[in-house]
Amino acid sequence: MPERPLAVAMSGGVDSSVVAGMLQARGENVIGLTMQLWNQRRLPEIQSDKSTGRCCSLDDVYDARAVAQHLGIPYYVVNFERDFEDQVVRPFVDEYLAGRTPIPCTLCNNFIKFDRFLDMAEGVGADRIATGHYAQIRWNPDSGRWEMLRSVDRTKDQTYFLFGLKQDQLARSMFPLGRMEKSAVRELARELGIPTATKPDSQEICFVPNGDYAGFIDAYFREQGIAPREVAGELVTAAGQVIGEHAGVHHFTVGQRRGLRVAAGEPLYVISTDSASRRVTVGRDQELLSDRAHASGVNWISIAAPTEPVRAEVKIRNKHAAAPATLLPTSVADRVEIRFDQAQRAVTPGQGAVFYSDNLVLGGGWIE
Amino acid sequence: MLPVMTEVYGNASSIHYFGQTARKMLDASRMQVAALLRADSQEIVFTSGGTEADNLAIFGLTGGTGGHVITTTFEHPAVLAAAGQLDHTLVPVDGRGIVDPDRIQSALRPETKVISVMHANNEVGTIQPIAEIARIAAEAGVALHSDGVQAAGKIPVSVADLGVELYSISGHKIGAPKGIGVLYVRKGTALQPRTFGGRHERERRAGTENVAGAVALGRAAQWIAENGDAENRRQGVLRDRLEQSILDRIPDTRVNGAGAARVPNTTNIRFDGIDSDALLIALDLKGFAVSSGAACSSGAPEPSHVLLAMGLNRLEARSSIRFSLGRSNTVEQVDALVDALVDSVTHLRKLAPSYA
Repeated sequence: MPERPLAVAMSGGVDSSVVAGMLQARGENVIGLTMQLWNQRRLPEIQSDKSTGRCCSLDDVYDARAVAQHLGIPYYVVNFERDFEDQVVRPFVDEYLAGRTPIPCTLCNNFIKFDRFLDMAEGVGADRIATGHYAQIRWNPDSGRWEMLRSVDRTKDQTYFLFGLKQDQLARSMFPLGRMEKSAVRELARELGIPTATKPDSQEICFVPNGDYAGFIDAYFREQGIAPREVAGELVTAAGQVIGEHAGVHHFTVGQRRGLRVAAGEPLYVISTDSASRRVTVGRDQELLSDRAHASGVNWISIAAPTEPVRAEVKIRNKHAAAPATLLPTSVADRVEIRFDQAQRAVTPGQGAVFYSDNLVLGGGWIE
Repeated sequence: MLPVMTEVYGNASSIHYFGQTARKMLDASRMQVAALLRADSQEIVFTSGGTEADNLAIFGLTGGTGGHVITTTFEHPAVLAAAGQLDHTLVPVDGRGIVDPDRIQSALRPETKVISVMHANNEVGTIQPIAEIARIAAEAGVALHSDGVQAAGKIPVSVADLGVELYSISGHKIGAPKGIGVLYVRKGTALQPRTFGGRHERERRAGTENVAGAVALGRAAQWIAENGDAENRRQGVLRDRLEQSILDRIPDTRVNGAGAARVPNTTNIRFDGIDSDALLIALDLKGFAVSSGAACSSGAPEPSHVLLAMGLNRLEARSSIRFSLGRSNTVEQVDALVDALVDSVTHLRKLAPSYA
């Protein structure tokens, strides 16, 4: 048996199963660990019939265990439900109520997968962890830094959600799928005889079925015995004219068009939300454009924190095509001003702003 | 077991020769199990295991009419979840893991139908004052059930001395396979069946008997009758050695349930500053199978409800490990386990920010 084991985070899906299989084939001493993060039987009123594509359903644990048995590797389930609720679910709910649009996957990466899980792996004797993320990590001896790069399969790239990883986390993590096309991963799954080879990819946020965030938040409050807050408010124009009412700021995100339920001569979009006044400002599409933004809580990955302006391509949401911009350091150490070359549509508070130089991930922060 | 599954293939309820052979073996086993509990063989009802025995006891006495159940906060889920279906009172246990009979007394209500208190706790091994509780139950005219799954075979059991109406045991805890158990039902106890069908087990449990399992359970009972005392003494010495070595060699450790009478094969130890999940996995990777709280449906451990009931906080409960010894364990294994524990606990504490 090789000296130190390597822990693979197994979700029961194809990607992490292939990671376990390929590392084992490479002669690594692989152990499989599944994180139990959320009890899918909670909030039954928002459950849908389809249980696939969500993490932590019993089916997923059975799948992960079946893969581990197929490979003949030690396998354990570790329970991080409490940490997940404290560090991911509650901040997610709070952010929505504060009128922002959060990314729970990034919080989960920062505080659960590459923190709690990494600690657990180390605790049981593993040197490193491997996950099924599509991203690349490499050591740059010249800069003395761990760098992150977009995955070879650009359609699967997950670096947008990984901007919070620190150097010591990258040093202990492996993303073996970063250099592979998804089709090759599926092919390898079949070659390895992995029982979940044909399982569909997961979608959406794992603990929110059907992507109904507002419904989740309402159900979570009912479960917690928190009285429905006074969240209803007014829809107003930029000029302050009241043109309608709404059921709570957490139903809206910047750039949203659906669900406004106001009649107007031209399409209206959410321009901004304000939790204090409970006002949702709506306007025309062009009012969504802005040529600058601020990011706070910035984490630098492939380069050290710059002291001079830096040119970069900045991605402001997962499906956004990164836009050329200049990053300006501010008087606050982890805060950056972003000046886009061309105004961008719907720069949304709470989302990440991730800085790229071609395929290299320079770093990223949270849009204010 | 093997001949029963191959040559003696008869149904014990059949009248023909093959059935009679099976019946003979079943009844011989029934006598062996009865001897283990100092009971009469007619009082032995074979079940599919401890959970079914516990459920049969509780629902068999409350029947369709409902009624109130008294049990304790640190019972096995087979009792807790069954009582949870009915009007029930949970009596707390003290920090040593012992239930106070007076608390049972004060929980009594006119509509109380059954009191259920485990004989020995499954996680900490503490032995409960069943005979005292039996006197309270008898005075109140309420039936007493005891889950003896962790006690039978490990300490001498006499259902008459204990004064219980009902007593559960499980095959795989005493050397028989999984899938067989027993409910002792004292003669004259008005127990209603909970499965309906044929007139098996004196109309207390419908369903074709698991002859192979029952025969194995009888054999296990017989083995205990012949070797139990010596074996339990041997395991007790091993357990004490394990416990003392851990306390001596690893600082900031304590025994949960210390100070109470315990079954000889179990110890539950708290290692301050460590996460029991990580320790459990680290030990398993080194070839030592231990456990922490009860496993939930996904297999992810939850903090033990037993330790929480004994007054430990969540962090303390999550840093506790249960060690159970068996017939195959040796002194060498115990010493190797302690060495592995020293390494793993030292490693985990180095990583724990909270442990200074």
